[in-house]
Amino acid sequence: MDHKTIQLAHGAGGQLSNDLIDTLFLPRFANKTLEAMEDQAVLDFPENRLSFSTDTFVVDPIFFPGGNIGELAINGTVNDVAMCGANPLFLSVAFILEEGFPMEDLHQILISMEIAAKRASVTIVTGDTKVVNKGSCDKIFINTTGIGVLDHDLNISAGNLQVGDKIIVSGTLADHGMAVMTSREGLSFQSRVKSDTASLNGLINTMLKVSKNIHALRDPTRGGAATTLNEFARSSNVGISLIEENIPVKPDVKGACEILGIDPLYVANEGKLIAVVSDEDSLNILAAMTNHPLGKDAVIIGEVVSNHPGMVTMKTGLGANRIVDMPVGEQLPRIC
Amino acid sequence: MCLGIPGKVINIFDENGLKMGNIDYAGTVNKACLEYVSDIQVGQYTVVHAGFGISIIDEDEAMKTYETWEEFVSASAEEGLDIFGNPLEDKN
Amino acid sequence: MKYLDEFRDPEIAKQILSEIHKTVTKPWVIMEICGGQTHSIIRNGLDQVLPKEIELVHGPGCPVCVTPLEIIDKAIAIAGKPNVIFTSFGDMLRVPGSKKDLFMVKSEGSDVRTVYSPLEALTIAKANPDKEVVFFAVGFETTAPGNAMAIHQAAMEGIKNFSELVSHVLVPPAMEALLSSPENRVQGYLAAGHVCTIMGWEEYDPIAEKYKVPIIPTGFEPVDILEGILLVVKQLEEGRHEVENQYLRSVKREGNPVAQNLISEIYEVTDRKWRGIGEIPMSGFVIREKYKLFDAEDKFSVGDIHADEPELCISGVILQGLKKPHECPAFGKECTPTTPLGATMVSSEGACAAYYKYQRMGK
Repeated sequence: MDHKTIQLAHGAGGQLSNDLIDTLFLPRFANKTLEAMEDQAVLDFPENRLSFSTDTFVVDPIFFPGGNIGELAINGTVNDVAMCGANPLFLSVAFILEEGFPMEDLHQILISMEIAAKRASVTIVTGDTKVVNKGSCDKIFINTTGIGVLDHDLNISAGNLQVGDKIIVSGTLADHGMAVMTSREGLSFQSRVKSDTASLNGLINTMLKVSKNIHALRDPTRGGAATTLNEFARSSNVGISLIEENIPVKPDVKGACEILGIDPLYVANEGKLIAVVSDEDSLNILAAMTNHPLGKDAVIIGEVVSNHPGMVTMKTGLGANRIVDMPVGEQLPRIC
Repeated sequence: MCLGIPGKVINIFDENGLKMGNIDYAGTVNKACLEYVSDIQVGQYTVVHAGFGISIIDEDEAMKTYETWEEFVSASAEEGLDIFGNPLEDKN
Repeated sequence: MKYLDEFRDPEIAKQILSEIHKTVTKPWVIMEICGGQTHSIIRNGLDQVLPKEIELVHGPGCPVCVTPLEIIDKAIAIAGKPNVIFTSFGDMLRVPGSKKDLFMVKSEGSDVRTVYSPLEALTIAKANPDKEVVFFAVGFETTAPGNAMAIHQAAMEGIKNFSELVSHVLVPPAMEALLSSPENRVQGYLAAGHVCTIMGWEEYDPIAEKYKVPIIPTGFEPVDILEGILLVVKQLEEGRHEVENQYLRSVKREGNPVAQNLISEIYEVTDRKWRGIGEIPMSGFVIREKYKLFDAEDKFSVGDIHADEPELCISGVILQGLKKPHECPAFGKECTPTTPLGATMVSSEGACAAYYKYQRMGK
């Protein structure tokens, strides 16, 4: 079916999102930096090397267990800037507010943003506010753009995976997506699943102190770990093989996933990273991560392999291999 | 079809004349209608499909199934058989 | 999770697997009826570790796969009407109708919402008394009690702005339709554990006897499915054909009588079309005359909508296990997971979608 209009799935980070970028955006704006398709642009200047990234936050509900749209907007862009190994420094913040939005809610969101920015050691240096007619946006949308600096010798990219590399995930998967989904209207959860929203630049610094042999880094947000790993495998034209029993998921998050028939590998995270690191440094990097509060549950979940290039597979408890594909769109609660 | 997940009944209440309960799935709690398992007690497990309890889990039967096979596993381990192993590969 | 993790224990699964390997001596074709079982088989890779003698055929037990095109078109027509809030399980939103799917209707401005329980659709109706709230009541016998309860409650509470678009189907008539086909290859069945939880398994006795097939009501976890397969294979190897219950912790012989009673209070049995298979006599539910007020087909006069399935799509033949997906001329060309012609390409565990993935892996 050809889509004549934009579908929600075009923004869900899966196959349709990729199609949109490949067929509409890239051909218009093509340049070398954009075509790298990283979460940030790395820009070389004579004196400095900058990491530059932008993201827009439209989460519904705006307040969810473990966080709100404001801290998500700070942490999300800090993470995108940091995932090339950069040190994030400055942020811009732009708000689109719906007429009638409660001032008290805005105040609460701003306090969370202030705290999140302090924690991430970034400064908000410019901003913008627009108010639109009731119904023209849903409560509040926030755009943040960030700039950071990075060393000239770093080369962390989705295209750098080497056969034999180990895949490390910094903690339990699917916390954020399930926190949001279980607090949505209509699902009647009395759940306590909490979002993992956090800025990961401190954790990345810790990792880089141990080893520069980090080949790729990404925070698996929309589309979850499965999407990030598929992007890695495609960009580097290598295979990725995961071990199912190593995939970390909290029991209550697993419970929520089971009820709704959702695979945690496809669910968004907002405070986790996936690192692809050289085999020989993997244990040292892992040890450094587990000593950091945001990496205490870090674990090796798989490795880079030479067979099935461009694809991700997972070894099940029974020793079978199943394909972990790119999702087509947003995961939906199912009964079947 | 028919995703059905076992959860533990942690309380029972009335909503619009329907017997409802909060069900605990490893820490995540969600409401389900218990009209079809009306004998269920707090602490028992029910299989929930699309927000409805459809059976009370027969805990004795569940244990029996599990224990029968678990004995098999321990028995083969004692005999030194590799259950990953030869019988599988011989035939494939 | 208790009563889930035990039945996923890989050590126990391997033990049963080795029993299956020891038991099987001849090739057998076994069908798992239920899409949930198919999902578990693919997810755990059970099909890859079974002896090569055993061929699993994925059955028609998935509402995504068997809800006929014209019902999807009716859903789309109703959802597109002004003043309607259309509610559905998430499963149905991506199923293609003749021209579009429910997601596209939503993107055109209609109010289409995902619900987890039919009672939530009723809550939405109460909260929006000036709107018509329609619930897409699809599914098998397992889902029917919940969908029946929503109508029963609406009647009790006098909620007049609620109705259901019903496309309920029944497992035993479909099994018989498959078994009586001259091209049938299936020699044993894993019956759907949650359907049997509601309906019990007495109605399978005559089918097992008439067609000489073992029928095993089976659960959904790897240990359940492997044990179900072991019970089928044992019977086949010994020349027996009985109904034997694997899913003892949930299925009783008589099923759930309270649920059965409410189902027959609200619905009556009718002929139903199955996508790709065609009309099967007495294979579905329709709302009884007494509750017609809650029938969305009447309320929105969509009874006249008819649709033929795309000629290119052979999903019916595939659902019956007669052809493999890659033998379809449209496979991977006109028909892909992002541009599906038939439901077997939509559902992530649909036979065509699964083949599409594995073909990319070079298998």
